[in-house]
Amino acid sequence: MDLYEYQGRDLFERHGLPVLAGGVATTPEEARAIAERLGGRVVVKAQVKVGGRGKAGGVKLAEGADETVARATDILGMDIKGHTVHKVMITVTADVAEEYYFSYLLDRANRTFLCIASVAGGMDIEQVAAETPEKVVKAPIDAVEGVDEAKAREIVTAAGFPAEVADQVVEVAVGLWKAFVAEDATLVEVNPLAKTGDGKLLLLDAKISLDENAAFRHPDHEALVDQAAVDPLEQAAKEKDLNYVKLDGEVGIIGNGAGLVMSTLDVVAYAGERHGGVKPANFLDIGGGASAAVMANGLEIVLSDPSVKSVFVNVFGGITACDAVANGIVQALELLEQRGEQVTKPLVVRLDGNNAEAGRAILDGANNPLIERVDTMDGAAERAAELAAAGV
Amino acid sequence: MAIWLTKDSKVIVQGMTGSEGSKHTRRMLAAGTTIVGGVNPRKAGQTVDFDGTELPVFAGVADAMKETGADVTVIFVPPQFTKAAVIEAIDAGIDLAVVITEGVPVHDTAAFWAYNVAKGGKTRIIGPNCPGIASPGASNAGIIPADITGSGRIGLVSKSGTLTYQMMYELRDIGFSTCVGIGGDPIIGTTHIDALAAFEADPDTDAIVMIGEIGGDAEERAAEFIKANVTKPVVGYIAGFTAPPGKTMGHAGAIISGSAGTAEAKKEALEAVGVKVGKTPTETANLMREIMSAG
Repeated sequence: MDLYEYQGRDLFERHGLPVLAGGVATTPEEARAIAERLGGRVVVKAQVKVGGRGKAGGVKLAEGADETVARATDILGMDIKGHTVHKVMITVTADVAEEYYFSYLLDRANRTFLCIASVAGGMDIEQVAAETPEKVVKAPIDAVEGVDEAKAREIVTAAGFPAEVADQVVEVAVGLWKAFVAEDATLVEVNPLAKTGDGKLLLLDAKISLDENAAFRHPDHEALVDQAAVDPLEQAAKEKDLNYVKLDGEVGIIGNGAGLVMSTLDVVAYAGERHGGVKPANFLDIGGGASAAVMANGLEIVLSDPSVKSVFVNVFGGITACDAVANGIVQALELLEQRGEQVTKPLVVRLDGNNAEAGRAILDGANNPLIERVDTMDGAAERAAELAAAGV
Repeated sequence: MAIWLTKDSKVIVQGMTGSEGSKHTRRMLAAGTTIVGGVNPRKAGQTVDFDGTELPVFAGVADAMKETGADVTVIFVPPQFTKAAVIEAIDAGIDLAVVITEGVPVHDTAAFWAYNVAKGGKTRIIGPNCPGIASPGASNAGIIPADITGSGRIGLVSKSGTLTYQMMYELRDIGFSTCVGIGGDPIIGTTHIDALAAFEADPDTDAIVMIGEIGGDAEERAAEFIKANVTKPVVGYIAGFTAPPGKTMGHAGAIISGSAGTAEAKKEALEAVGVKVGKTPTETANLMREIMSAG
């Protein structure tokens, strides 16, 4: 889960790291209250999870409460690269003398964590690394040993931080590592890490990603989810413990196992090239050992998507038993009809593996004209794309 | 022979008394795996009956190894206890730890991996979030169904469970030496490269299928490895060409970040070193069938 800048600022503050005083507002009136509390000159920043908001006019200075309200009114509702601004962060201003860069992140290739530090901050670090690689230090971090003062000093020296801020950067590096571990983050990026005119360090921006697998030990992380930005179908699926991602096509997809479902999306997209360009409408993994009830829940979610014109159920039964999947399909259709919801979208089903024969027999026995059974994955994808194209 | 798991492997199960652990212990036994016991400190000294096979429960991995000579552990404990379970297995010095558990925090995986490296890397870790390893006809450690295919001379390494099963099914007429599901998490113990190296050295493997998916650069690094070190034919498949950037597709590691981790880049890297990459699982299987029938 990626956090907004204001959530990152709050998180840093909770971990005792130096940040600017501020708050977040969803309305101009809330912005006024924050401006009055802070007093004087403030910065109003659009909260969007995309770069380049400064250039887009999403960051403005304001003097006093009235001007803050005016700037917040301008920025709220603005569209920045397809992201609508629903919140603004308001902070006091900083007298920035120098800008540095500091981050911790997951290093998949080396199966550990990495620290990236540079005295050339305030701009895109990948650009700095490409143009002046000597100004960027990448230090692997041992996941067990972590970052203590000695390790931090090693990084600070290697990156060439000026002597007058070195002790402060060491302190921030150790504190930031503690926050990184304590919050189960996979990325904390501070750009810029600023030195003010009076020689103090401040974390002026925050880009943070948290590991959703660690949610069981962070009950507070649930509150960081931006409910307004969650697709309603994705929300409904999540409440039923289904792994669903909304996409923008017409062929509903249900399968078991993340890899097989990804593969199904691809195969449907290729077939769609021959059928009017139809595409997969979603990713839905019903998981290993899926029961009839899980299948029924999944089908209900996919059928409730108005852009879906046909559905492709692609199951290879490993642990999942194909007869349970077939029963789930039949029961789901009966259930929806009992509720008075008329199902008109055709279902193409391919079952292989564990109890496939029994599953196929159940589908054939149901005599439901909406269900069409196809023997191979490629053939079924072709048929589902064809039906979606006909139904568009 | 096969890689890492053979008919001589003696397997214990951490979490054998839990619901997933007991279900799959029964399945592994039915597949012919030599399971010699389970681990659960609260039930140490008891035995559990699996359709007539009485398996002892030990207090710890070290005890189980001492009493039974076990050299493989399969771990089914819940995510919050996985790190401790793996560290216990490393401390006991077991040869192979297969971590099936899904949903392990990446900080925990990074920690047990670093711990293993610091201890000299004696324990091979497969997973987490993986279906395990199967050497058809010899042994099965994990949740890969045993009845899809028999023994043969293809080696398979895959990030995905169900795509592993699909590929085994497609090529069931030829059969497999060993199938390794390495898992779809951002940090995993055994990588594509480890499996490629082992299959290259295995006299009973003639050709290799490698299945990857979006996220990270493991497939690109595997391509470099193949170029320098693998002489046996390799056929590849990559899932996720149509996955949108920034969205996690089921597996915690299956995410395109910016322009990194795309299926296209992985396919190009593999093709650049002479690996034939299929467009669909079936096409991939057919590429392998051509190689095997050309002999």
